[in-house]
Amino acid sequence: MARRKINWYKYTSPANFYPLAGKLIPFFAVLTAVLLAVGLYMGFFVAPPDAVQGEAYRIIYIHVPAAWMAMFLYLLMAVYAGLGLAFNARIWAMMAAAIAPTGAMFAFLSLWTGALWGKPMWGTWWVWDARLTSTLILFFLYLGFISLQSAIEDTRRADRAGALLALVGAVNVPIIYFSVQWWNTLHQGASLRLGQKPSIAPIMLTALLIMIAACWMYSITVTLMRVRNIILERERHAPWAAELQGELK
Amino acid sequence: MLATLRWVIQRDATLAWRGRAGVLSTLFFFVIVVSLFPLGVGPELNVLRTIAPGVVWVAALLASMLSLERMFSHDYADGSLEQLMLTPQPLSVVVLGKIVAHWLVTGAPLVLMAPVLGLQFGVPPGALLTLLASLLLGTPALSLIGAVGAALTLGLRGGGVLVSLLVLPLCIPVLIFGAGAVEASITGASAESHLSLLGAVLVLALLFAPWATAAALRISME
Repeated sequence: MARRKINWYKYTSPANFYPLAGKLIPFFAVLTAVLLAVGLYMGFFVAPPDAVQGEAYRIIYIHVPAAWMAMFLYLLMAVYAGLGLAFNARIWAMMAAAIAPTGAMFAFLSLWTGALWGKPMWGTWWVWDARLTSTLILFFLYLGFISLQSAIEDTRRADRAGALLALVGAVNVPIIYFSVQWWNTLHQGASLRLGQKPSIAPIMLTALLIMIAACWMYSITVTLMRVRNIILERERHAPWAAELQGELK
Repeated sequence: MLATLRWVIQRDATLAWRGRAGVLSTLFFFVIVVSLFPLGVGPELNVLRTIAPGVVWVAALLASMLSLERMFSHDYADGSLEQLMLTPQPLSVVVLGKIVAHWLVTGAPLVLMAPVLGLQFGVPPGALLTLLASLLLGTPALSLIGAVGAALTLGLRGGGVLVSLLVLPLCIPVLIFGAGAVEASITGASAESHLSLLGAVLVLALLFAPWATAAALRISME
């Protein structure tokens, strides 16, 4: 019997992706809400206070997921941008453009929570440590990507120029990760490392992983919502979008 | 290919030489920015000596941003960039030639001027040599990385500010290693590791930047 294959190429067309994204959003939104509620509850009420840092360490449940997401989203954005350049399909570039603001938000959030955490632990809001600095640079890279895209009026050129910038900037992301090993200064070493026993208690680890999953789901939800807006904005002259807008009115 | 490279360098250097004002303004900008720091910070040599590497390097970085926009914009305005892109020679070689010429007319004068400014800041002679070496390795890398940004923002309104916004974050490793080398040399440590890393950045930039710039130009000229 012949297996029925899903035609994935179908969804690279904005007209087909728009309704698909619409169907996926509620699913991911519910997942976000559930994971966020469970993760925050475990982080704040179930996990014990840290032996050294007391209660103040609990900001880790926001700080670490935000820092991770800021880095992952940049890589993801670069991958989408590269796909867009390689296959010349609009949807990939739209995805890259939709990810950028969320990534910038997470980069900012990780800097902000890092400052709040640094004050009680190190006694200062800010130190010029390698990882803080590289997160700041990552934030600047997001801002550069967003401002380049918004400066170019021709969307095709904006997509392709942004994609090239994202790929060039992606060289920076590995430097961020390895900077800890290169210039190990005031910042504590990474808490999670593949292939090694994690250096925090299992319950804390569980809460942290749930929070990371929640942030992933949040990013997917928001990106899909934003990509739907971008599709509508750019395709407003296409018959299907005009029809849809007629329905909306 | 070498002939193309030499031809492009010669052409751009000649053009720059005929419009000397642009070249000199970059150099003066560099000198003025560096001279402003003692006025702002105070004339104590001890303080100046500790901030000298950073000040000279940041000023060099800003000065090279200032001249980036000119790398392609004149040729773009009078249409000769289009003609250059139509030549059968690989575009990345043409681009490399333009970058080298850009460095010769804007980067090289900064490198030669820097030791004099270093003397004003009370930098010891041994460290002056490191300053010279670090700028010699670093400023070509700045021109190379900057070329990508200049090509991406070609013909955009407000391109001059935008190019700085795009390129400055990418130049940070060069700044760190460059200033680090001079600082190590002032404090008596060996600057070799910093200079090696700077050289590595230059080699990487030399490998990828002309190619990325050529791609960016094709996107911008489409």
